[in-house]
Amino acid sequence: MSDLVTLTIDGVEVSVPKGTLVADAAKKIQIDIPVFCYHPKLEPVGMCRVCLVEIGLPMRDRATGELLKNEDGSPKLSFRGLQTGCTVAVSEGMAVRTASQPVKEARGAVLEFLLSSHPLDCPVCDKGGECPLQNLTMAHGKGTSRMAFNDKLKIAKHVPLGELIYLDRERCIQCARCIRFQEEIVDDPVIRFHNRGRSLEIVTMSEPGFDSYWSGNTTDICPVGALTTSDFRFGARPWELTPAASICPHCPVGCNTTMSTRREAISGGRKVIKRIMPRQNEAVNEIWICDKGRFVHHFADSAQRLTTPLIRKDGQLVEASWDEALDLVAGQLQKHKSAAAGLASGRLSNEDLFQFQKLFRKGLGSRNIDLANRQLGGGEIVAQVGVGSGTNLKDLGKGDAILVVASDLHEEAPLWWMRVKQAAERGVSLVLVNGRRTRLDKFAAHTVNYEPGQGLMTIRRLFGLAQVETESTRDDQLAAAAEKLIKAENLVAFYGSEGLTFDESDALAKLLGNLLLIKNGHNHTGRANNGLIPVWPHSNSQGAWDMGIHPAYGPGYAALETPGLGAAQIYAGAASGDIEALYVVGADPVGDGLMADRGKLSFLVVQELFLTETAALADVVLPAQSWAEREGTYTNGERRVQRYYPAIPAYGDSRPDWQILAQVGERAGLEKPAFAASLMFKEIAKAVTQYKHMDYRSLAQVEKQWPDVGGDDLYYGGNAYENGSGLGQQWMAAAESGAVERFEAPDIEPNSFESLPLIQTRALYASGTLTNISKVIEARLVSPTLTVSPADAARLELSDGDVVDVAVNGASVQAKLSVSKYATVGLAQLSGVGSGFVSGTAAAEFNRVVESEKELA
Amino acid sequence: MAEPTATLDLSELRRRARPQDIPQVPTITICGGTGCRVYGSEMVADRFRQELDAAGCQATVELQVKSTGCHGFCEQGPLVVLRPSEIMYVHVKPKDVPEIVQRTIIAGELIDRLLYVDPDSGDHISREPDVPFYKHQQRLILNLNGLIDPLDINEYINMGGYRAIHHCLGELTPPMVIDTVKRSGLRGRGGAGFPTGLKWELCRNQPGDLKYVICNADEGDPGAYMDRSIIEGNPHRVLEGMIIGAYAMGARRGYVYIRAEYPLAVKHLRAAVAQARAAGFLGRNILGSGFDFDIDITLGSGAFVCGEETALMASIEGRTGEPRPRPPFPAQRGLWGRPTNINNVKSWASVPIIIDRGPEFFASIGTPSSKGTMIFSLVGNINNTGLVEVPMGITLRQLVEDIGGGVPGGKQFKAAQIGGPSGGCIPPEHLDVQIDYDSLRSLGAIMGSGGLVIADEDTCMVDFARFFMAFTQEESCGKCVPCRIGTKAMLSTLERICDGKGQPGDLEYLTELGNEIKSASLCGLGQTAPNPVLSTLRYFREEYQAHIHQGRCPAKVCKGLISYSVLEENCTGCMVCLRSCPTGAIQGAKREVHHIDAEKCNRCGTCFSLCKFDAVQVV
Repeated sequence: MSDLVTLTIDGVEVSVPKGTLVADAAKKIQIDIPVFCYHPKLEPVGMCRVCLVEIGLPMRDRATGELLKNEDGSPKLSFRGLQTGCTVAVSEGMAVRTASQPVKEARGAVLEFLLSSHPLDCPVCDKGGECPLQNLTMAHGKGTSRMAFNDKLKIAKHVPLGELIYLDRERCIQCARCIRFQEEIVDDPVIRFHNRGRSLEIVTMSEPGFDSYWSGNTTDICPVGALTTSDFRFGARPWELTPAASICPHCPVGCNTTMSTRREAISGGRKVIKRIMPRQNEAVNEIWICDKGRFVHHFADSAQRLTTPLIRKDGQLVEASWDEALDLVAGQLQKHKSAAAGLASGRLSNEDLFQFQKLFRKGLGSRNIDLANRQLGGGEIVAQVGVGSGTNLKDLGKGDAILVVASDLHEEAPLWWMRVKQAAERGVSLVLVNGRRTRLDKFAAHTVNYEPGQGLMTIRRLFGLAQVETESTRDDQLAAAAEKLIKAENLVAFYGSEGLTFDESDALAKLLGNLLLIKNGHNHTGRANNGLIPVWPHSNSQGAWDMGIHPAYGPGYAALETPGLGAAQIYAGAASGDIEALYVVGADPVGDGLMADRGKLSFLVVQELFLTETAALADVVLPAQSWAEREGTYTNGERRVQRYYPAIPAYGDSRPDWQILAQVGERAGLEKPAFAASLMFKEIAKAVTQYKHMDYRSLAQVEKQWPDVGGDDLYYGGNAYENGSGLGQQWMAAAESGAVERFEAPDIEPNSFESLPLIQTRALYASGTLTNISKVIEARLVSPTLTVSPADAARLELSDGDVVDVAVNGASVQAKLSVSKYATVGLAQLSGVGSGFVSGTAAAEFNRVVESEKELA
Repeated sequence: MAEPTATLDLSELRRRARPQDIPQVPTITICGGTGCRVYGSEMVADRFRQELDAAGCQATVELQVKSTGCHGFCEQGPLVVLRPSEIMYVHVKPKDVPEIVQRTIIAGELIDRLLYVDPDSGDHISREPDVPFYKHQQRLILNLNGLIDPLDINEYINMGGYRAIHHCLGELTPPMVIDTVKRSGLRGRGGAGFPTGLKWELCRNQPGDLKYVICNADEGDPGAYMDRSIIEGNPHRVLEGMIIGAYAMGARRGYVYIRAEYPLAVKHLRAAVAQARAAGFLGRNILGSGFDFDIDITLGSGAFVCGEETALMASIEGRTGEPRPRPPFPAQRGLWGRPTNINNVKSWASVPIIIDRGPEFFASIGTPSSKGTMIFSLVGNINNTGLVEVPMGITLRQLVEDIGGGVPGGKQFKAAQIGGPSGGCIPPEHLDVQIDYDSLRSLGAIMGSGGLVIADEDTCMVDFARFFMAFTQEESCGKCVPCRIGTKAMLSTLERICDGKGQPGDLEYLTELGNEIKSASLCGLGQTAPNPVLSTLRYFREEYQAHIHQGRCPAKVCKGLISYSVLEENCTGCMVCLRSCPTGAIQGAKREVHHIDAEKCNRCGTCFSLCKFDAVQVV
């Protein structure tokens, strides 16, 4: 191949793609050029100087341009001093020396210099044992130091850069990986160098300190123990930790993670999660996770967890045995049969959800099952035109396009935000069609902010423009965007439901499906890196569709002849008495404002981690295990089925959801339940055609990933990145195996508003059962906040800081008013309230309850 | 970009450009360089204007008073030169002005006491060119500094300025310009000595429409002020060089990166850019040639490292002034990622001369490998402190003795630090070295940007090296490890030695450290920072050894190794030292011999410098 370059490194010949850096080329042939500041995900800066090597280039005759040869016929090389292997790209005929005397001397000197000001507090350092500085010192250090001890800097060792990340200034080797990560990868330049020379130090530039959803990643890439997380620092030595592969349960991206666990005296000798770190999956999260994924796990170890089944006796929930509780539940459900209904959560695993629908449909003969809070429609569209298998957002580049509609990826699915942003920086044409500004706007080629209530209309127009051959007119963003999208070689469309009702989002999915189906030279369906990605509200909303948690679809999208009742009807039925028994698994409809009380239900059973508002009203409460205690699979928004593994033992007497459901089922007449999750999955593979090629073994398969960061690699140290537990498998959308028909999108009348309309926006740190209990990010939780533009605030005669009563459709909530010049004029945004509060874009009333203290002051 | 308000045509320019170098209009030129201004040269100029008005001279003859750029002989400032007679008066004060007007201008007499006196012969020298300081120089670049008003573009044009641009735009293609520069043999005057023509060619050959040229006027070496003086005295020559370079390389935008600490230079430069723009030498369609080019001025904030080209570009871009590894070289990826050419002020200023007088003329000056002239700021223990321009190939001895007038006070020359903190020192045994890039490098020094510091016998070379190390350590940006930590390790070792706490092995340690920092550092600052130490170790090793092994500082400078005592036979008991001693270490009564308590003495040297009877001695 012409774009391969051949060079020799320490005499070994290697061919690598053009543009590869010398340090990476060496890694391909297992020659380690040590690095500190270099990181394969960051732009090289060549500042730590530990990767210095000798680089020889073939000499040419000036007159003829021919290669000069030595007497023995070997090419004549010219070496010029030492150069950094991390900044120099390979070239044909290059010869690299990584172990010559000058190289060793320089490398040894750099290590010695670093150690001269680095504290030797390895015995109490979090990084000790997986520290690149330790490793490289062992491998290349001199073993002695010529430096005077008094030259060592004695500076601050516990500097909080905000409450999540601590900086040890003495340990910092000023490689700037953290600063560069924040700037280059996540565009949150909230930390930077201050001063210069020996006084160089890292400071935070934000209030609150280190204000970024990504801060934890800097502790992973820090090559020393300078940056540590507040919840792990001084908590354990790396070699005491047992790793367990997991999948983040917080959003539809499905980041691969590693949980490090240890038995802990303060937890009564139980094994607990000490930290969560990213696990490499280059197709999903690469080597990053957001701070929610990293820090919101402490709920698993919370003393508020349910430990035993509870049964209501004399109006009080009292502890009961499993047998007693299961018998009661099975008996009650059987009694009500088709008047029983089930509501599940998109946070449950595929195994749980499959068993859930089995219990109702086969065990009880009830079709009344749904997700407790669906929020976003279009699953059956995704099954047909979802992104092709093999999709990797990293593969998108110049000539490709990404469309994001009605979603704020930064808040809803941070890793997708990061990867879309990076794609845009690589040259992907990013088109945003939203009702307001988002943090993705600055990377977009075209941004269309539609009027409140006009979202669907706008997409309809976009579709119309894309259908006809348009020569875009400059002043019409939408036409220009349509042209970009349709002419793109690859097109991925993300959609969410911000400001849309469920029905509107369902129609949106269909419209986008049709947009993707337009043939204009490029096929935008049925291929890798093309198709639809729904920004689901939960980590396994996709799996819930696949497993048939839907009143109208069975497992594998089998349409039911007679649909059952959906969530809205179930809530209504519970209030009216048409539904007699309700089984809620992993959801809190009362807390989310979807259900006022238990209505006329004669039996309510709730399966949960905590005594939620719904659980508190129940007749029976069943304690479930958290995702960290059990195994299972989640299917992410890209339809990648991924396995997670048990990390810690069960809390109290809790059981996995699928097991509880199976045990109820057994009592209701179903066959004896499978005794392992893997067997449950086998049942799924039989029932869900899309999953038929999968089993726990295939999901656990791995392959070599690049960049090579796992294991005892000297780039990083540590074993958290190493992925030996599975890369997951994407299931094929229908368009990959056959033609897909255009979808019938219903006409939904656009809304127009006379007064300031309101939408609900999602916040990553929105308060909720799990986030509230995980104390680490407590200070950053978003309390109910109403955000409006200064112009709208003036019109409403409200000021920043006022407490405002927001009333929508008879319900109301009190929120603090934030007047922001970045807010879209003519739209009020409410965040930090229960997810069911506002449906779509709604008319609302705003009344001041408490006047802003700022104004008083 | 402003549209040119006036476009001169070639013939108009030729008509204005007279062949004579010195204006025939009687002129009083007063050095207006920063140094002479500090001595009050502006007041002298004002006084001249007043006196001439009062005397009615203006009415009778055409006579002008002109505040010019730096004449160079800073030691003798403020300098006043009458032209065309070239009578030079030195150390002129405002009160001398009436006498000069009455006796010299009106009566045509010389005032002996204001003339320069040759310290060797004792002769009074009346004409500027006859002063030894000037006589041995070859002032190509500085030739107009004492003649023209830097704030008036027409004066530069009258002296042949901007002729080279007409020649280039009218008659030479860009490759021909580059070829001319190549043939001249000009090498980069910033210190590294890379062939300028070749550098231009590399930049020209890069793909892309958008290219930049930059003038590096971030002169940061201690004691150096060559670039400042050129810009203060003749900013247009620099601009002209840049315009020619931009034309040759296809750049459309240029930047002058100049220190904010040079307010006068900045002022003159700003005025020059505005005037050049108004005259049509900058802007769109320069002189009707279709070539567009304009220049912005960016102020540096005093970081030494910003003189390094990649750090300089980062600073222009608004980022922290930190260097980055090369390659890619600026010619490949420079300012805002575009091909960029950076040259020093002196390099740019040489270009119009090369074009105007021909590459052969330029190449005829100097040595086979180093062509043209070099400007040094001659400072330190030297009689004639000042700005000198000499042909390449002149010996250091000529520079120090003939031009510099030797070391003051009859003391011995000890070393010349050439190339600033990045350079090295040259000991007496190598005084006959030729000043050219390669000869200096072979001695462990570098040409550098032109800083030349002379040390006499009273200088401790360990302390001297420590000074430069302290400078670079302070100026290290901290980006790369060897420079950030290594320079500090070297400095603290030197400080230890100066404190009398040196240990056996320190010198080997310093050498090792120095070599490691040189080979491992990211940019030129770190790669050259150990040079002053390494070169003093090379030539003055015994002095280091005396500090470490014998516990003494031969030059009696290092406080940790000296003590002060009273020479009883000289002491008159005047109590001057006693009263001034900050630590109360001196005891004694009036008219009685004093004594210094070595315990209390902090070796500040106040007594030593105050004693009029040589009664305090350093041991």
